[in-house]
Amino acid sequence: MTATVALRAPSSLQRLLHRRPAVALFLLLVPPLLWFGTVYLGSLFTLLAQSFFAIDEFTTKIVYEPTLATYRQLVTQPANIDIIVRTLVMAVTVTIACAVIAFPVANYMVRYASPRAKAFFYVGVMLPMWTSYLVKVYAWRLILAKQGILSWALGSVGLQGLLDSALELPGVGGPSLSSSYLGMFIVFVYMWLPYMILPLAAALERVPVSLLQAAADLGATPGQTMRTVILPLALPGLAAGSVFTFSLTLGDYIIPSVVGAPGYFIGMMVYQQQGLAGNLPLAAAFSVVPIVLIMVYLSLAKRAGAFDAL
Amino acid sequence: MTAAIEFEGVTRVYGSTRAVDGVSLSIEPGEFFAMLGPSGSGKTTCLRLIAGFESPDAGRVLLDGQDVSYVPPYARDVNTVFQDYALFPHMNVLANVAYGLRVRGVPVSEQQKRAHEMLELVQLAGMAKRSPAQLSGGQRQRVALARALINQPRVLLLDEPLGALDLKLREEMQIELKNLQRRLGITFVFVTHDQGEALSMADRVAVFNAGRIEQQGNPRELYRKPATAFVARFVGSANVAEGSLAQVLSGSAQPFAVRAEHISVMPLDDVPPAWSMQCEGTVADVQYHGATYRWQVKLDSGELFAASFPDTGSGFHPVMGQRVRLAWSRDSAVPLAAGGAS
Repeated sequence: MTATVALRAPSSLQRLLHRRPAVALFLLLVPPLLWFGTVYLGSLFTLLAQSFFAIDEFTTKIVYEPTLATYRQLVTQPANIDIIVRTLVMAVTVTIACAVIAFPVANYMVRYASPRAKAFFYVGVMLPMWTSYLVKVYAWRLILAKQGILSWALGSVGLQGLLDSALELPGVGGPSLSSSYLGMFIVFVYMWLPYMILPLAAALERVPVSLLQAAADLGATPGQTMRTVILPLALPGLAAGSVFTFSLTLGDYIIPSVVGAPGYFIGMMVYQQQGLAGNLPLAAAFSVVPIVLIMVYLSLAKRAGAFDAL
Repeated sequence: MTAAIEFEGVTRVYGSTRAVDGVSLSIEPGEFFAMLGPSGSGKTTCLRLIAGFESPDAGRVLLDGQDVSYVPPYARDVNTVFQDYALFPHMNVLANVAYGLRVRGVPVSEQQKRAHEMLELVQLAGMAKRSPAQLSGGQRQRVALARALINQPRVLLLDEPLGALDLKLREEMQIELKNLQRRLGITFVFVTHDQGEALSMADRVAVFNAGRIEQQGNPRELYRKPATAFVARFVGSANVAEGSLAQVLSGSAQPFAVRAEHISVMPLDDVPPAWSMQCEGTVADVQYHGATYRWQVKLDSGELFAASFPDTGSGFHPVMGQRVRLAWSRDSAVPLAAGGAS
């Protein structure tokens, strides 16, 4: 005869939690919600609240009275509008370039690469993210410099003329790649590309191969399958990736100050206004701009059906 | 008449395994053809070779007399109902059904009209605006069927289409598919591992084993005259006597099969008719199936034989561990090809 194992009697607390799952859920969620609420949302709203104050021009002290004066300053000074437009254009072009480069890479990784090659690609995509951001930016400054390796390489294969004519383009050109918007664009695309590839690959990974076979079976050519099945189903991944590349470009202040032309970007303004200038309200107002832009972007993406396949 | 589908010595190799190994077959226009076999027997690969998702490593695949071995799927006049239905999740039911017309550039008004007609054909007229996620398994299957039929293909391929449905729905769909095939008159090629399904629906069945066809024939032939031990066991799980057991029972080393329903179970002291084969054993298991009882009897030579008997409410009912005598007429023993994979 084998001995029976005695069932353990639940304590009164265990009984209570079992009978009222809501209490258990509440107890489990309070610590993370407190952290999230105070540290993330609390500090964000404190910052945003600052934008509704203004600085006194004479004393350079913040006047704690609700006013829209700071926002008026933000949208009426042509220099500020320039900064916003410049940042927005850069963010949009960087996002488009990342999407165009990332899509074939992600599609190849997911659909065609052998398991070994796939692992290699994933590591290859993430490896640059494991090194210091500053090291990469300064390395790119050297790569793009006038006597840098890129201009040397282009020169030695006889493409110096191509580089020179690119640098002569109005608006994006400059004396060298490292001091032009073109160079800044290259560095931004390099930096944020993994943030586009990974969500895209995750979205493509979820598209079963039988859907592609069904499309081909019904008469769709590979191009039609791409347009009518793969792209629409990859849209949520594209939307997620573009939120990363778009918002990271909107908020960055290191790349524009290390590489590229002297024009200011939103991130640099936030950094400068809250630091040297001591104009916290204007810094806060500037940091509202990316939030608004991303909300507009997300609502446009939603209206275009980017999240229908979720 | 040209065959709708013809395989000439088709071989498909994955790495070191021959998934399809020198298969030749011919399917007539308008035939309901079933490919039956256990998983990994090569039946699904054959279906994919017809659809164009695979190309043969050796041999030829012909559709209507045309060699299509290397023609891509979108250029073949063949449509498929996939095992997981493969409905496009980002399109509603109507758009799913109309897809085949859309990619062929049919005008939108005509796409809609014909898609609605197809939905009516599969009794889903009110579901046009639903998304596939809002449908039940049986409804999804009908959408997949409508989508595959809208291009009016000459051949419809069905890959285990009933596998995911519950028993009652599966029986209904079997009847419906059969009716649909009769009405439309197109060739159906049906892949299944369920022998009951293959026997009840198909005009002709090919039994696959290890990449080869073991036997082809109409369902009655397959059931009554299995050619090999594998077919005898797979189709209707017959008892197979091989080697020394065959020698002892029949006096010849040629293997034979005998169906469970042809075996009588009787007490040891009963004397069977002189024309029967007989042996003794111990009851190892009794299963009650409603219409029949099924006994598993362990023969003294070690093999397990199954015998079934209609539940008439009377008769001999041995219990577990009881010694019994099994007997069957010589006519019901079907001789099998010697050797062969089993």
